Amino acid sequence: MTTLKVNGHDHQVDADADTPLLYVLRDDIKLNAAKFGCGLGQCGACTVIVDGKAVLSCVTPLLLLEGKQVTTLEGLGTIDAPAPIQRAFMDEQAAQCGYCIAGMMMRAQALLLRNSKPTDEQIRAELEPHLCRCGTHMRILRAVHRAARLMDTAELSTTTQGSAP
Amino acid sequence: MNGPNNAPGILDRRQVLAGGGALIVSFSLTDAFAQDQAAPAAAAHPPKWIGSLKDTPFLDSWVRIDADGSITVFTGKAELGQGFRTAFQQIAAEELDVPFKSLTVVTADTGRTANEGYTAGSHSMQDSGTAILNAAAQARALLVAEAARRLDVPAENLRTENGAVIAPDGQHLSYGDLVAGDMLHVQAQPQSKLKDPATYTVVGQPVPRVDIPAKVTGGAAYVQDMRLPGMVHARVVRPPSYGARLTDCDTSAVENMPGVVKVIRSGHFLAVAAKKEFQAIKAMRALAAAAKWQETAGLPKQEDIARVLLGLPSQDSTIFTRSNPSAVGQKTVEATYTRPYQSHGSIGPSCAVGHYVDDLTTVWTHTQGVYPDRQGIAEMLRVPPAKVRLIHVEGSGCYGHNGADDAAADAALIARELPGVPVRVQWMREQEHGWEPYGPAMVTKLKASLDDNGAITDWNFEVWSNTHSMRPGGAGTLLAAQHMAQPFAVPAPKPLPLPEGGGDRNAIPIYTFPNAHVVHHFIPAMPVRISAMRALGAYHNVFSIESFMDELALAAGADPVEFRLKHLDDRRGREVIEKAAQGFGWQKGRKAPQGRGFGFAFARYKNLAAYCAIATEVEINHETGRARLVRAVAAVDSGQVVNPDGLVNQVEGAIMQSMSWTLYEAVTFNDTRITSIDWQTYPILRFDAVPDSIEVHIINRPGQPFLGSGETGQGPAAASVANAIANAAGKRLRDLPLTRQRIKDAIDV
Repeated sequence: MTTLKVNGHDHQVDADADTPLLYVLRDDIKLNAAKFGCGLGQCGACTVIVDGKAVLSCVTPLLLLEGKQVTTLEGLGTIDAPAPIQRAFMDEQAAQCGYCIAGMMMRAQALLLRNSKPTDEQIRAELEPHLCRCGTHMRILRAVHRAARLMDTAELSTTTQGSAP
Repeated sequence: MNGPNNAPGILDRRQVLAGGGALIVSFSLTDAFAQDQAAPAAAAHPPKWIGSLKDTPFLDSWVRIDADGSITVFTGKAELGQGFRTAFQQIAAEELDVPFKSLTVVTADTGRTANEGYTAGSHSMQDSGTAILNAAAQARALLVAEAARRLDVPAENLRTENGAVIAPDGQHLSYGDLVAGDMLHVQAQPQSKLKDPATYTVVGQPVPRVDIPAKVTGGAAYVQDMRLPGMVHARVVRPPSYGARLTDCDTSAVENMPGVVKVIRSGHFLAVAAKKEFQAIKAMRALAAAAKWQETAGLPKQEDIARVLLGLPSQDSTIFTRSNPSAVGQKTVEATYTRPYQSHGSIGPSCAVGHYVDDLTTVWTHTQGVYPDRQGIAEMLRVPPAKVRLIHVEGSGCYGHNGADDAAADAALIARELPGVPVRVQWMREQEHGWEPYGPAMVTKLKASLDDNGAITDWNFEVWSNTHSMRPGGAGTLLAAQHMAQPFAVPAPKPLPLPEGGGDRNAIPIYTFPNAHVVHHFIPAMPVRISAMRALGAYHNVFSIESFMDELALAAGADPVEFRLKHLDDRRGREVIEKAAQGFGWQKGRKAPQGRGFGFAFARYKNLAAYCAIATEVEINHETGRARLVRAVAAVDSGQVVNPDGLVNQVEGAIMQSMSWTLYEAVTFNDTRITSIDWQTYPILRFDAVPDSIEVHIINRPGQPFLGSGETGQGPAAASVANAIANAAGKRLRDLPLTRQRIKDAIDV
């Protein structure tokens, strides 16, 4: 048994130490957002945040995560109370099939946590590990810019929903 | 590209709802249509413009209203990320006069919806959207007629609003109060009383997509997210190459691995199911290591594929000819264009969940065609189609026939080995890349002459291609059925019929030339597994035609936009070209900044769907040869627009995806195996190559038929980028993809 802290809750996980975090999240903890895309760290669909940093969960084994804080898209907000980045992706209609989007959002969230006003170049560079096949890139970029503005506003009004747990 | 209509959807749905009992359908035409009722024979064959109602004419196959007032809209099409679930909901809300949010849309399910064949060919709006539009309008008329009867008020004095019929004196009957029994179980009439588009309040609005909130908050949105009670995880061990034979496999060690439930071996089909997902992956790896395969070196030379295609036997047909001997050219231009095999490259590898209970096999799948795929799976299982139910659940975007149908067949086959246990089959990355049926390689040869006035006098176009659909219908198209014991043979390929066509899709020019000759060389032999990929042959044919139009414009010393308009009679086409040129700031003789080029291209998809023109600016790094799309401006006319933001999203995506195909993508293989098996060996667009801007201008045509626009951008985007590269480099590249190496080689010559 390994204790894994996900979205602020402790989970007792009965999985081999070499199990990639992705399968622990999806199979053991029954979370949907982190997606299997390649299992090779090439596409970014599985991205989650570990201790504030974007991590490719498909190539990160469970044994490296003891005592760390894992945040998935589910941990940011809900349909009824979306986090700024979720609100921004809805407002910009930044999805077609949407399969890659959760991973994109988590890396963007990690960027915005350390740099609240990224430039367009910084956002593009940050999202370089991520693939989108539908070609929704322009909207994704707009959504990240919008999220930065929304988070700024949210901080001013001291409702810091969406920051790391 | 409709599939076989082998099972009337309504009967199927009724059978399921009634617990399998046979249904005797009685017609109950109501007073609403008593006066202007068409003859029954005509009603059974409504005109084509009412979309899929022609095949599934009962209104309640499309719209159901329950006594509690809840309204369900049914479509036989599958939401693939195009956003039409939202568009259909808008259409139904508009014609029924109910709030948008009060509706539920049920998509493709052999147990519940009409058989609308495949969700393909940009047909969803035109087939299903049109059916829903008319069914909703006719349902509303029936409700009004019933209210007229009950209130004893002439129907024309009644109005509808917010899910109710309202009389001049304020009396008010809700749809739920009015609906009774089989009121909507009537055949559609040939004519619907549609609303005036000028009064639309929901259609034409950028209503936010209904599926996006769940997708951005971690809701269960995909078949990959399904978790049925007691579900096990399966993985398939695919052969290492086409035609490889499993000669030996000691499965005993794998059977004893932790969590393993069963190893399935049937002929050359090998799979394993385990309790947990990563256990299944470990077991799959062990099984792959234990398997011994005999392979055959049967693949052609990848770098020589154009010559290989030209050397294969072909069935040749002249598909268009026009002759005017008085038009004689002075200057002749010739060119050959090639396209490699290209991958759909879905970000999420294919997945399906199968469940075999009480002799019924249910498969949840992201197939594009639940009915045809059911037919293939039933044949593979050697059971009647009624013993198989396919339910569409979204997957990762597919852009055509990817591994979806094969994964569904895998799930069905494995589920039969584990009665009562739900089985989730997830393909691995290398399986999707290595086994999906690719977009076919193609060759086109063009030759044309110009007269002294710079007008094209004759046009010759020849295209060599495989078919562009090996979709199911029969079991032999499914990998599991090909590999299992007592296998099914791959069916003989067929060219897809015109006017939509396959390899010859968009091969006939939309321009008017005095002499023209178009030949389709259909190649039956398929050395590499292929099938339908977004736009089919139109991607390469439009790339060829629109590249060649620029070559001719150059030879004629003409501006590319002006040159196109000079040869185009189609009014809507001309307006789209003018709109894109204007939005881009296109001016005759205007030069691009240093190191950059301007490009333009246009097509009407299939010569019968949406019009699209795209102007681009591309930057070339002369040191590396790297090309980057800087900006694109598109104009699109897809008839009556239902959701403008959805349309813009589709065209933006088409430009980005086509640009990726055009600049980077080719399936690679050696003499035995596919070697492009992940994102490193099959690179696609990444953020460093994303343009500065994409603008999409819509020309709305209120009241005109929906034209379908999911694929209209693929060809024009490719040619526009190629033309901009030619403009920047001063050299014409004709072999796809237009890689940095090819551009550099061209510049360096």
